[in-house]
Amino acid sequence: MTLHSAIQPVAKAVNWNRLQDDKDLEIWNRLTSNFWLPEKVPLSNDVQSWASLTPEEQQLTIRVFTGLTLLDTIQNTVGAPALMADAITPHEEAVLTNIAFMEAVHARSYSSVFSTLCRTAEVDDAFRWSEENEFLQAKSRLILEEYNATSSPLKKKIASVFLESFLFYSGFYLPMHWSSRAKLTNTADLIRLIIRDEAVHGYYIGYKFQRSLERLPETERKEIKDFAFALLFDLYDLEIKYTEELYDPLGLTEDVKHFLHYNANKALQNLGFEGLFPEAICQVNPAIMASLSPNADENHDFFSGSGSSYVIGKAVATEDEDWDF
Amino acid sequence: MLQMADPFVLITPTYADGEGRGAVHKQVIRFLNDAANRNLLRGVIASGNRNFGAFFAHAGTIIAAKCSCPCLYKFELAGTETDIARVRQGLDLFWKQQH
Repeated sequence: MTLHSAIQPVAKAVNWNRLQDDKDLEIWNRLTSNFWLPEKVPLSNDVQSWASLTPEEQQLTIRVFTGLTLLDTIQNTVGAPALMADAITPHEEAVLTNIAFMEAVHARSYSSVFSTLCRTAEVDDAFRWSEENEFLQAKSRLILEEYNATSSPLKKKIASVFLESFLFYSGFYLPMHWSSRAKLTNTADLIRLIIRDEAVHGYYIGYKFQRSLERLPETERKEIKDFAFALLFDLYDLEIKYTEELYDPLGLTEDVKHFLHYNANKALQNLGFEGLFPEAICQVNPAIMASLSPNADENHDFFSGSGSSYVIGKAVATEDEDWDF
Repeated sequence: MLQMADPFVLITPTYADGEGRGAVHKQVIRFLNDAANRNLLRGVIASGNRNFGAFFAHAGTIIAAKCSCPCLYKFELAGTETDIARVRQGLDLFWKQQH
């Protein structure tokens, strides 16, 4: 008997000094520099604000966060690990372990919010609710079916991008809404950290999807695209029902739908596809946009003349060292 | 490396981390490190993702500040049809005003 079995491939160590795809290192650096833990956010400053919410608003918030916890749990324990098996480069696998772990941090963060603001019984009720809610369970099932080992690598990535870049947003809407009314602002800070991470995850998985897709012949590419749009439609139907059930009592459903359309289009763009929803139904409430990206909106349309900011400052000659970022 | 012969507006993606670091991509830095290119730069348009909050399309902000040119527009990912129309119209007007 020899030491090298003919069946077992040689075990290979990952060499970060030999990259097949520079994007892997770029995203590794980005994700590791973005690392955070919920302890960094002073959630206890929201205790008084929490008490100002009505019992219905509190219950909605706990349920929304429980729904988000479920998606993060799926991505942590099933989604990101399922993508590892399809990784083209060893560095991609390493990046996916970071993604998996950060999803665990996200899931863990909601429990930090709960333990800071809520009573145990209310939280236990919400976790039971998440197991019994048909729409939440149905969308989880649709995603989990694609994470199945027999699913194609491209379909897994599509499901993953839809989870990261679309499904979270029916939930993210609520803390942005509270924050726009100066409520639960520290919780919103924590959610913004999660939102930032999900953007990198959706971008990276979408990038890997596009690299694989471009190697396929035209007919298979079309088939994959059809699959993506069909899955998005199915998920969208469920999201609308989920949204109505949660947000109808507060009269926010129509507002949330615009946010869903806007994010669905961004998810499709992450996959390299054109948006599906026309812009007329993607007009997100400016208060939600401002809450999502504070300070970012003041001056980005110089053309329209609305930008207040462009002042030709003191001209200082740019030196080459200035560009040494 | 790309050498510009005429005045131009740069359209660039953003790669910032959570603190805004590394917003300008290395290739863009190399391109603008060239003084001849930099002298012809009239404005910058940046893409990004609002998920990055205050650092949305931050590359535009940084390049505008460092090169003393306006950041003309910011858009998300590949942009929407409205973004494309606004940039087209805006650039037409912008170049007319430059002459």
